[in-house]
Amino acid sequence: MEKYKHVIKIKKIAAEQSIRLVEKTISKTAEAGNFLTNIADASLFIGRVAKETFSRNFEFKEFLRQCFQIGYKTLPLISVTGIIMGLVLTIQARPALLSFGAVSLLPGMVAVSLIREMGPVITALICAGKIGSGMGAELGSMRVSEQIDAMEVSSANPMKFLVVTRVLAATLMIPILVIYADALGILGCWGGANIKGDVSFVLFFSQAFSHIGFIDFLPALIKTFFFGAVIGFVGCYKGYTAGRGTESVGIAANSAVVLSSLLVIIVDLIAVQITDML
Amino acid sequence: MIKTQTATPGSAKAENTDQVIEITNLRKGFGTEDVLTNVSLKLYNGENLVVLGKSGSGKSVLIKCIVRLLDPDDGTINVLGEDVCSCDHKKLSELRKKIGFLFQSGALYDSMTVRQNLEFPLRRIKKDLNKNEVDEKIKEVLEHVGLSDTLNKMPSQLSGGMRKRISLARTLVVDPLIMLYDEPTTGLDPVTSDEISALINEVKKKYKTSSIIITHDIECARTTADRIIMLLEGEVYLEGELEKFENSTDPSIKSFFK
Repeated sequence: MEKYKHVIKIKKIAAEQSIRLVEKTISKTAEAGNFLTNIADASLFIGRVAKETFSRNFEFKEFLRQCFQIGYKTLPLISVTGIIMGLVLTIQARPALLSFGAVSLLPGMVAVSLIREMGPVITALICAGKIGSGMGAELGSMRVSEQIDAMEVSSANPMKFLVVTRVLAATLMIPILVIYADALGILGCWGGANIKGDVSFVLFFSQAFSHIGFIDFLPALIKTFFFGAVIGFVGCYKGYTAGRGTESVGIAANSAVVLSSLLVIIVDLIAVQITDML
Repeated sequence: MIKTQTATPGSAKAENTDQVIEITNLRKGFGTEDVLTNVSLKLYNGENLVVLGKSGSGKSVLIKCIVRLLDPDDGTINVLGEDVCSCDHKKLSELRKKIGFLFQSGALYDSMTVRQNLEFPLRRIKKDLNKNEVDEKIKEVLEHVGLSDTLNKMPSQLSGGMRKRISLARTLVVDPLIMLYDEPTTGLDPVTSDEISALINEVKKKYKTSSIIITHDIECARTTADRIIMLLEGEVYLEGELEKFENSTDPSIKSFFK
């Protein structure tokens, strides 16, 4: 019997390991299942929003209110960010351009980088933080306090009133905010150029705009509509589908920011690839 | 409405046996746990039916199934002659227009004033009303709940009792046929609770509504009930008038009515 002891021990270890393996497999399968369920839920949500967008009785008043909330109330933040973007780019780029004797290219370089990439992405990321978290938290708290249920039982359509208006307002307002941030960025760049030099306003802007073509502006503008839609969808989806406890409001706001920021960067990558092919 | 001769409703409306709600063998669970296992009940026209039960006994789930905020797992729910479970979106929306739901928290829209809260369902359900008629209706229901001076206040400026009253006004503004009250007196002081209970009776008289009142507040049940149903472990444990419950020797009932 003694000589079989080690065999029994090995069998016991093997059994324990196979149990652990089965447990891990089950938990990973459940995680994968949850992931797929979330994707299916999100797809259904997008489908419902699209359907409600084109149905009758559009909530125009609420849409205008959301445009005001998203557009006007984000202006101070975007103004400061836009000016700082231009200033920082100028302060960083000027010494390098100076060493090549190409300081005259500074307005054009900053304008192109702002309009093509920096302006849209940074503005969208800031909006993801401000607007995405706001939507997630607001709709999440409405879900927790049964306000969405109250709308449903009073025969109002919360999807149309709360979600469609917010998604459309974000889709429309973010491109406008990006254009505004670009303009202030170039203005900030002019300010930065004047810290260590002396460039006239007219000369600076004529140099900046001489480097900007249709191909710089249009694709960048088109992608901002997608940024807006992504921020609106994610913010509303996370808030609308929040759980019942107060903790879920925080989770909804947080995950709305994280996911919409990530998706903005992914959409940007796809947009850059498509623009590159043109 | 479905005419029935088989059941006898509470004394207040004993002569009237029109059923407005009929629930048969309702089952609803969350995950592996069943909250309601086998619930059958009837609500008759013009009566106040109080549903009593401990916390977690599925009272709120029951009325949320009636308006299909939750989908039942099994059983049938018939409201005003319509099978709620098989209703399409349009029919359900039409049916919901006839049902008022007072949420436990009040569920007033935070971003809107009292006036906008009342206007919200009114403008969507009674689309043919002009501005003057809307104003009149809002004034009427606010007077009824005794809060005419709160028209331009935000929900955050109101006390718990006031919120409940405004929430009640919001449901009454569209003239519902059926009222579902989810714990209307929870979280209120005894005086305000009595006021809300009295208001429930006034609503029944003035608006001729039939109501289901979910509560574990015995005083509220005593004031408002024509008939009482007690839920225990997901089933209807006892059904009858107030006296039947007060005279019961069953420990589960006595612990409620002591």
